Amino acid sequence: MTYQHLDSTTVQVSGESAEPGLTRRGAAFAREALSRYGLLAGFLILWQVASRSGWVSPSVLPPLDTIASALWNGIASGALVDDIAISLQRSGIAFAAAVVLGIPLGLFMGQIAAVERALDPILQLFRQTSALALYPVFILLLGLGETSKIFVIFWATLFPVLLATIGGVKEVDRKLIEMARTYGATPLAVFRRVILPASVPSIFVGLRLSATTALLLLIAAEMIGANKGLGFQVMNAQYNFQIPLMFASIFLLAGLGLVANFILVALQNRLCRWAAPVR
Amino acid sequence: MTDLQPSILRGEVKVRGLSKSYALNRSSLSVLRNLDLDVNGGEILAIVGPSGCGKTTLLRVLAGLESPDRGEVLIDGHPVAGVGRERAVIFQEPRLLPWLTVLENVAFGLEVRGVPAAQARERARHYIHLVGLTEFAEAWPRQLSGGMAQRVGIARALTVQPEILLLDEPFGALDAMTKLTMQEELARIWREEGVTMILVTHDLEEAIFLADRVLVLSRDNSDPARLIDVDLPRPRDRSEQGFVAMRRRLMAEFGLH
Repeated sequence: MTYQHLDSTTVQVSGESAEPGLTRRGAAFAREALSRYGLLAGFLILWQVASRSGWVSPSVLPPLDTIASALWNGIASGALVDDIAISLQRSGIAFAAAVVLGIPLGLFMGQIAAVERALDPILQLFRQTSALALYPVFILLLGLGETSKIFVIFWATLFPVLLATIGGVKEVDRKLIEMARTYGATPLAVFRRVILPASVPSIFVGLRLSATTALLLLIAAEMIGANKGLGFQVMNAQYNFQIPLMFASIFLLAGLGLVANFILVALQNRLCRWAAPVR
Repeated sequence: MTDLQPSILRGEVKVRGLSKSYALNRSSLSVLRNLDLDVNGGEILAIVGPSGCGKTTLLRVLAGLESPDRGEVLIDGHPVAGVGRERAVIFQEPRLLPWLTVLENVAFGLEVRGVPAAQARERARHYIHLVGLTEFAEAWPRQLSGGMAQRVGIARALTVQPEILLLDEPFGALDAMTKLTMQEELARIWREEGVTMILVTHDLEEAIFLADRVLVLSRDNSDPARLIDVDLPRPRDRSEQGFVAMRRRLMAEFGLH
């Protein structure tokens, strides 16, 4: 019985490898691409066809090629480039500030239970209060300029990275810490060589969430009180009924989000070569 | 003083009047009661007993991970408290750091003790070779099987060249075949390294196969701990008559037949 089973397996394997390897790999690649991006491609095609053939009003949902040319014109004339630059600056500064404050604070809070206990209620209160509801408060305190916009983005961006860092530190396997202690590791060595590397994947979950939040809040802040930036451009184009430009700005925002996420995932995979790669 | 002593003393453990109990819903559960024990330098002592008899607690006290309520532990004649450089622990789980390669994991113990990385890694390579994982030095822990990971843990403990190796059910999580191989390997490592080994196990055959003496702990307050000599030639053969007789005798200690 066992022999038979083994035999049939061998035949199957050798039969498969007799096929030309290159075509097989090409087919596998195509299958993979289709299963991953097929639905997205279908959605875009449906959009294009629906708009071109008039199933939906092209003035509300312009065909993709019109949007693409609006995007191209905006970038070539430099108008959208300025918007991208100012938007990147706002969300970039806010994100960087959240990271620089959130990660060290999270590492500290996660390790000292008393600090975490004392700070947790106020953190939960702040976190549950919508940053957008607080935006008017920030405007009153900081004025209508750049500071209040950056601050509201910072505020919303801080919590994901802070809470993920605290969680990462708290969930470090106690058994690994105990192992390090049996070799005489000092508390600093335990932190540097066990707690910190163990928290990295969790910190990255927070970073990716924070990056998404930064772009989300960016749009809201720019829609309320700005005269530049991609968020402003979306609103402004809609007011002026420049619908292709509006969609071009929306696609740019989506692109920014995808790029930010891609960079963070690449960085995480580089830092965490030991773990199974993240997608 | 001990540095001048000949090596007969090295790795000698004395336990005097050791007691330890745990708080358990307002009452206290006493797991070790006034235990005395002498472990000779270079011997393998196995500790067996039913769960809750305190065998793991005893090992953790010896490791310095827990402190006793009463009594003391002397190593080479000196009372010890806390962890120490002359001891290394092998746990039931390999406890490898997933973000370090096999080589880096094995060198970890030396590195946290302040040995320069290059030197630590050189010695680590020697012990990786000893446990037969030379080709896996650059592998990540997630790529290893359970038995291989436990070998890495053993190599890491050996790399700090301890006088005393404390093993807490080191093969308890491995499948039966791997377990037998690992026991053979541990016997070989012991022959080559001459280190004192204190081995907690629930596997009586493992105890007989490896140990010079077996300490039988019980949960019963009136029943003191008993030491049994395993007077069998090495390397040991599980099917040999003396081995089988010893197994029967140990089973009888637990009221099994």
